Amino acid sequence: MTRLVQVFALLLWVAAPGSAQEAVARFGNGATPFLIRSTTDIEIIRPVIERFAGQRADLTINYEQWGSNALFARSRSDCRGQGTPADAILSSAVQQMVWLVNAACAASYRSAATLALPQTRRWRDELWGITTEPAVIAYNKAAFAGREVPRSRFALLDVLRADPERFRAKIATYDIAASGLGYLFAFSDSLEATTFGALLESFARIEAVATCCSAEIIAGVAEGRYLVAYNVLGSYVASAGRPEVGMVLPEDYTLVLSRAFMIPQNAVQEATATAFLDFLITAEAQELLRQIGLVASMEFGETSLTPSARRTIALSPSLLVALDGNRRAQLYDAWQDALGFDTGR
Amino acid sequence: MAEPRALATRVLLAVLTILLLGSVLVAGSTWWNGRLAARQAYDRILLGAANDIAESIRVQDGAPLVALPVSAFELLAQAPEDRVYYAVHGPGGELITGLDPQSQIVPPEQGHAVFFDAALDGEAARFVTVQRRFAERDFSGSVEVIVGQTLRARTGMAQSLTLDALRPMALAGAALLLIAWAVVRRALRPLEAITENLARRDPYDLTAIPAEDLPRELQVMLSAMNRFMGRLDGQVDAMRTLISDTAHQLRTPVAAIRIQAETAVVETEPPLRERALDRLLRRTRSLGTLLDQLLSRALVVHRTDSAPRVEVDLREVALEIVERDDHALLAPGVELKLEIGEHPVLVQADAFSLGEAARNLLVNALKHGQAPVSVGAERRGPEAILWVRDSGPGPSDAVRARMGVRFNRSAGSGESGSGIGLSIVSAVATAFGGRMDLSQDAGGFRIALVLPVTEARS
Repeated sequence: MTRLVQVFALLLWVAAPGSAQEAVARFGNGATPFLIRSTTDIEIIRPVIERFAGQRADLTINYEQWGSNALFARSRSDCRGQGTPADAILSSAVQQMVWLVNAACAASYRSAATLALPQTRRWRDELWGITTEPAVIAYNKAAFAGREVPRSRFALLDVLRADPERFRAKIATYDIAASGLGYLFAFSDSLEATTFGALLESFARIEAVATCCSAEIIAGVAEGRYLVAYNVLGSYVASAGRPEVGMVLPEDYTLVLSRAFMIPQNAVQEATATAFLDFLITAEAQELLRQIGLVASMEFGETSLTPSARRTIALSPSLLVALDGNRRAQLYDAWQDALGFDTGR
Repeated sequence: MAEPRALATRVLLAVLTILLLGSVLVAGSTWWNGRLAARQAYDRILLGAANDIAESIRVQDGAPLVALPVSAFELLAQAPEDRVYYAVHGPGGELITGLDPQSQIVPPEQGHAVFFDAALDGEAARFVTVQRRFAERDFSGSVEVIVGQTLRARTGMAQSLTLDALRPMALAGAALLLIAWAVVRRALRPLEAITENLARRDPYDLTAIPAEDLPRELQVMLSAMNRFMGRLDGQVDAMRTLISDTAHQLRTPVAAIRIQAETAVVETEPPLRERALDRLLRRTRSLGTLLDQLLSRALVVHRTDSAPRVEVDLREVALEIVERDDHALLAPGVELKLEIGEHPVLVQADAFSLGEAARNLLVNALKHGQAPVSVGAERRGPEAILWVRDSGPGPSDAVRARMGVRFNRSAGSGESGSGIGLSIVSAVATAFGGRMDLSQDAGGFRIALVLPVTEARS
C-alpha cells in the first residue's frame, strides 16, 4: 500500500513540469553559483538581494520565484534526493517549511545572530523567521470617509451587522483553497474559535467574495469593487503603491507572519547560505526589508496595537496540524458550508 | 631504583583510586537514572499526545475522521527542539491521516499502548501506539494512533539531571580528598615525630624513645625497638666493663712481672736470681688464671644476655664440677664431696654460665676455705640451690659485705684474689632471676646460687 503510494507520488513528481518557477533573476556574475528559491516577488525583494550580491562579488545569485505549493513539492522531492536542491529557501508558507524541517530536510546552523531571534522565530536552529508581516484589514479610504474605520474584528462584525446591504458582495478575502497564505491565516483564525465562527457566519450573510491573489484583492479595494478586504498581507498593501487603500492592524489580535528561511540539508553552497542568513538578520538588511514593507513596524505607539495582541505565527511543530489532510478537509468544509460557494476542492 | 613512596602518598593514592572508582560507578548510575527519568517523563508526554489525538477521532458518514488537536502538538512542544511524527491508521491498516504518506513507521507489535524505538528520517526516535475501539452503527473496529518524537529533549534532560547530580558529588569528592589528606597527615604525625627523634638522635644515645600518647601499633613497634636498644646498651656496657676490668686487673700483675723480670736480669747471685725467677713464674701463672677469669666473666655476661635459656638440672652442674677434677690441680689432696638428691633440680638457664658460676664457687672455697669441701644441689620450695661448702669459719664480716662486687681485692687477698670469681656468680644469679646467698653454721661456710625452680615438663 505504502509502496503503491510512493510509486504514484514519484510518477506525479516526474510528470510535473521541471521548471515550475514563475520567474527567474540573476544577480552578480561571480564564479560560484548560489541558488535561492523563494515565494517572494523578485521585484519586491530585489534591493536586498542586490545588496548581498554587492557584498559577495564571488557569487552569481540565481533567484527563482515559486508558487508556495510548487516550491513545497519541489523541495520534498529534492530532500529525497530526486532533484537539484536549492542553496536557500525563503517561503511565506511557513507550515510547509516546518514540515520540511520536521522531515529532516534542513541543515542546522547557529550563530550569535540566529540565537538572538525570539523563540517564535526559530526552530531547531534549522528554520528562521526573517520578516515581520501582519495580516491586516484593508479598506477603501473613500468609502470610509467620515465614517469610523473598524479597528478590530468585533468592530468589523458590528459594521457588517449594522449595514449588511452596503457591504453585500463587497468584502473580499483569500480563497483558502487557492492560496496557501489564505489557508494559513484562516487556520490560525480557526484556533481563535469564537471570532472565526462569527466572522464566517457574517461573511456568509453578506455574500463575501473569496478570491485568489493579493494583487487582485488590493486592486479591487483600490478601485472600490471591494470596500473591505480581510486578512490581507500588510506588506503587499504597503508595496502595492495604492494610496486609496488604508489598512488596520486588528486590535483584538493581529496575526504576524514571519517568512521562513531554510537551508536544505543537501545544499551545495551551505556556507554561503549561512552567510546569507546572517546577512538577512543584520540591522542593515532588516532596514532594507522595512523599506520594502517586509518588516512592518509593530512597535506599540506607532500603531495602536498592544504587544499582547500581536500573534506571531510561531515556527513550531504545531503548524503541522495546518497541513493535516483531515484537518484541512474539515476547515474547507466549514468554509464551504458558511460561504456557500465552491472552494474548488 | 625509584625512591620508595611515602606512606601518606600511598594512602592518598589509595583513597584517590577508591574515589575515582566510586565516582565512575556513581556517574554511571546517575546517568542511567537520569536517562530513565527523562524517558519516563517524555514517554508520558508522548502518550498524552497520542491519547489527545485518539480522543479527537470521531466517526462521520461511516468513516473515522481525525480532528487533529493543536493541544497534542503543544504537548509535544514540551520538547521544543524535537521533530515529531504522527499517523492514524484504520482497522485494515490504511492511513486515515498522517504526516507523510510516503514515510510510514510500522510499530513492532500490537497492544493497548506500546512504546517502541525506531529511526525517524535517520534519527533515533521514540514512538507510542494507542488503540481506540469504535462500535458505532456504521463503523466498528479499532483505530491506531502512532505518535513519535526524536530524542533531543530526552538526551538534554538526562544530561542536565546527571550534571546537576554530579556537580555536588564532585565537590563532595574533592572535600573527601581534602579531609582524607588531613586525616592521614594527622594519623602519621606520631610516626613523623619518631622519625625526627631517630634522625636527630646521637649515635651513642641508646635510651628508650618515649612511647606515651602513641597509637597501639606504634607502641608495640616502639617497645620492641626500645627493648632492642636496651639490650644493645647492656652489651655496650658489658664491653666497656670488660675493657676497663681487664685494664684495671692487668695493670698491677703486669707491673709486678716486669719488676720481677728486671730483678732477675739484674741479680747476679744465683740463689737470689733463682728466687726472683721463681716468683716471676708464679706471677705469670697467676696472670694466666686472672685472664681466664676475665674472659670467663665476659663470656658469662655475654651468654646470659644472648644464649637461649634451656632447662638445666643443677645436680648435673654440681656433678660435672666435681668430676672435672680441676681442684686436684688447684688444691691437691683436698677432700671433695658431692651431695645431691634423687629428684632433679630444674632451672631455666644457660648450662655453660651455671658451670662457670659453680666452678668459681668451688675455686673460691678451695682457695679461701678449709677442707673438706662439699658441692651440692637441692630444691627448697620454689628455689633451686646450687651450693659449695667448706669447713672453715668463712671470711670476716668486712670481706663478706663486699663479696660479689668487682675489684674487691683486699690487701690480704694477695695476688691470686681478684673478686672476679664471686662477681661472676653474682652476675649469673642476677641474669637468671636469682641471687647469691651466704650462710654460716656449725658445719662451716656456704655460698649458694639461688635460682627460681622450674617444674619438669612431663
